[in-house]
Amino acid sequence: MVEDASRYSRRRLLSMIGATAGASVMYQAASSLGFAAESPYRGPVKLEGSPKGASVLILGAGVAGLAAALELTKAGYKVQVLEYREKPGGRSWTLRGGDRYAELGGATQEVGFDQGQYLNPGPWRIPYHHHAVLDYCHRLGVALEPFTQVNYNALVHARDAFGGKPQRYRTVAADFQGQVAELLAKVTNKGALDGAVTKEDQEILLEALREWGALEKDLSFRPGEACSQRRGYVKDPGGGLSGVPEHSKPVALGDLLKSGLWRSIGIGAGYEFQTTLFQPVGGMDQIPRAMAKALGEGVITYNAKVTAIRQTGGGVTVTWADGAKPGTTRTASADWCLCTIPLSVLSQIDKDVSPAMDAAINAVPYHASVKVGLQFKRRFWEQDEGIYGGISYTDLPITLISYPAFGYGSPGKGVLLGAYSWGPYAYEFTALPPEERVRRAVEFGAEIHPQYKAEFETGVAVGWHRVPWTLGCFGAWTEESRAEHYKNLCAIDGRLLLAGEHASYLPAWQEGAILSALDAVTRLHQRVVSL
Amino acid sequence: MRLSITLALAGALLAVGTAGANDTKSGGSFASPNRFVQDDGEALYKSICQGCHMPDGKGAQGAGAYPALATNPNLEAGAYPVTLVVNGNRAMPGFGGVLDDAQVAAVVNYVRTHFGNSYEDPVQPAEVHDARPAKH
Ligand SMILES: Cc1cc2nc3c(=O)[nH]c(=O)nc-3n(C[C@H](O)[C@H](O)[C@H](O)COP(=O)(O)OP(=O)(O)OC[C@H]3O[C@@H](n4cnc5c(N)ncnc54)[C@H](O)[C@@H]3O)c2cc1C
Repeated sequence: MVEDASRYSRRRLLSMIGATAGASVMYQAASSLGFAAESPYRGPVKLEGSPKGASVLILGAGVAGLAAALELTKAGYKVQVLEYREKPGGRSWTLRGGDRYAELGGATQEVGFDQGQYLNPGPWRIPYHHHAVLDYCHRLGVALEPFTQVNYNALVHARDAFGGKPQRYRTVAADFQGQVAELLAKVTNKGALDGAVTKEDQEILLEALREWGALEKDLSFRPGEACSQRRGYVKDPGGGLSGVPEHSKPVALGDLLKSGLWRSIGIGAGYEFQTTLFQPVGGMDQIPRAMAKALGEGVITYNAKVTAIRQTGGGVTVTWADGAKPGTTRTASADWCLCTIPLSVLSQIDKDVSPAMDAAINAVPYHASVKVGLQFKRRFWEQDEGIYGGISYTDLPITLISYPAFGYGSPGKGVLLGAYSWGPYAYEFTALPPEERVRRAVEFGAEIHPQYKAEFETGVAVGWHRVPWTLGCFGAWTEESRAEHYKNLCAIDGRLLLAGEHASYLPAWQEGAILSALDAVTRLHQRVVSL
Repeated sequence: MRLSITLALAGALLAVGTAGANDTKSGGSFASPNRFVQDDGEALYKSICQGCHMPDGKGAQGAGAYPALATNPNLEAGAYPVTLVVNGNRAMPGFGGVLDDAQVAAVVNYVRTHFGNSYEDPVQPAEVHDARPAKH
């Protein structure tokens, strides 16, 4: 009994070391967006009690506005949605062949992709724990497929590392982990951990390191079966007489450390990038399309640019310019208004709000980001390099190349994400004309895949500060601005309340936008039924 | 920090060859993921500002707008654009973290003497320093 129990706990400890060491000890989890918190969504909101004929005007038909419209309609409210664009979805957006996209400044791109090819210029991946987004997908019949974040056969690349030659994620991950394990085993055996770890636990630690790092019996990481089973072979095991495998040789730790490539191998360990991730089959806009369809005809007015929000004792009146009839200004009124317009735009709209809410609306700058989609004549990344989906990372200004996670092995064309950058690189891309952004993305990408030059066909580039209806990528809260303004941003202000990505603790995720909408309609409904 | 910037710059020069990086007046130098490295006002304008305020400085109008910098009387007092560039304003991000004092002064002075603006009293880097939020 006693022995069994100790063996059990020992095994558990080993698996714990294996599970957590990968995430936190060895790797620097690089979460570029948002915060690592599981979505608190626990199923559809239940708005019980009669709204007593109350009406709600929703501004913006992104996923926040659409989710709010669905729930309020279901609860019996009279709902009307005003949307600036000609279609639903806002940032949940997909560009396909035949689409025209006119950015601020007037540059217009005609997307030249083939049938079935697309770029998601905004949201493109959905973590398995974004329960609200997934629940809407399931309920509305939006088909999902796996989005591949980590591909061990994809590339990691740095200009100054290994003569600029891209390395396989697999070998860098294996070599880094193996050699760190070997080092730690060495110092353990030298007694360097004696104060920190009991002798008994050191035994367990050594066993764990051997497994975790793929070390040999003597605790070294060197060419052999264990090592090749992680980093791959020079010649893979085959059949018959020609099948003798040839082991590969790890890269020296010093070279790996100096290469900086270890930066690119921890990203998939981040909570938001862990397997399984999803994407809607056919493009991210399948989600808002399904939501708008479920709302039915006549609820959303498109081409409606809101220019003023007035609160009058018992309701809200909104002025909007009718893009369908240029020069025409109209008004819409309701008992309540739920505004999901991004703060970048809302801060410029003439409105009746409290000074506290106004200060909150003005407190959030919008980040820069750029995405470039490139169509190639053939899927050379699959055909020549065995890369099926996933992401290659680079320190080039394009930051990454992401391969399509569908249509594997098809003989035709393919579109990949040829740039997805933030910060200074995103500003610089955005400041260039669209065709120049595409040209640069091709030029940079060719350093990783020389096939680019011969196979490139057409591309489209979206710099988010040039997107006419968001003026940026997402709201950049800081700890200080959130402490000072967030509550005031979300509070019901007379007859108005706000929702959207910016009114959430999950910035830059659709889940945040939807959860903010559900939180807002729940509070609004409580107010209405208690009136 | 300094070392990594220099290395990154060297890499960029290799990467894009003669396009951009050698031409100090144009944008798109792509020299560093963390900072802008040009010290020329025009190059900085073309790398950052024209993304929103447009190459002609006239701004743009969509669901919201980017204000014109061209013939803009708000630029008369240099301290105003300096504060905006360093700290941002509403949706506009601050660039204090990615530009040093001399770079902010250079780009502000460029805007104040182009696009129909002719304010001939250049902003000094020391004034930019004063516009940075106090460290606490
Ligand atoms: C580059 C990028 C990558 C992203 N990656 C992911 C990802 O992988 N996964 C993920 O889940 N999320 C991702 N996101 C975040 C996600 O797109 C947002 O969080 C979410 O779509 C925001 O929804 P929303 O309804 O709050 O805002 P929006 O979708 O912006 O909707 C607001 C709506 O308001 C409309 N509007 C604006 N002004 C007016 C006006 N004056 N009058 C009337 N209507 C107006 C707009 O046209 C728009 O339709 C990404 C975003 C970007 C930009």
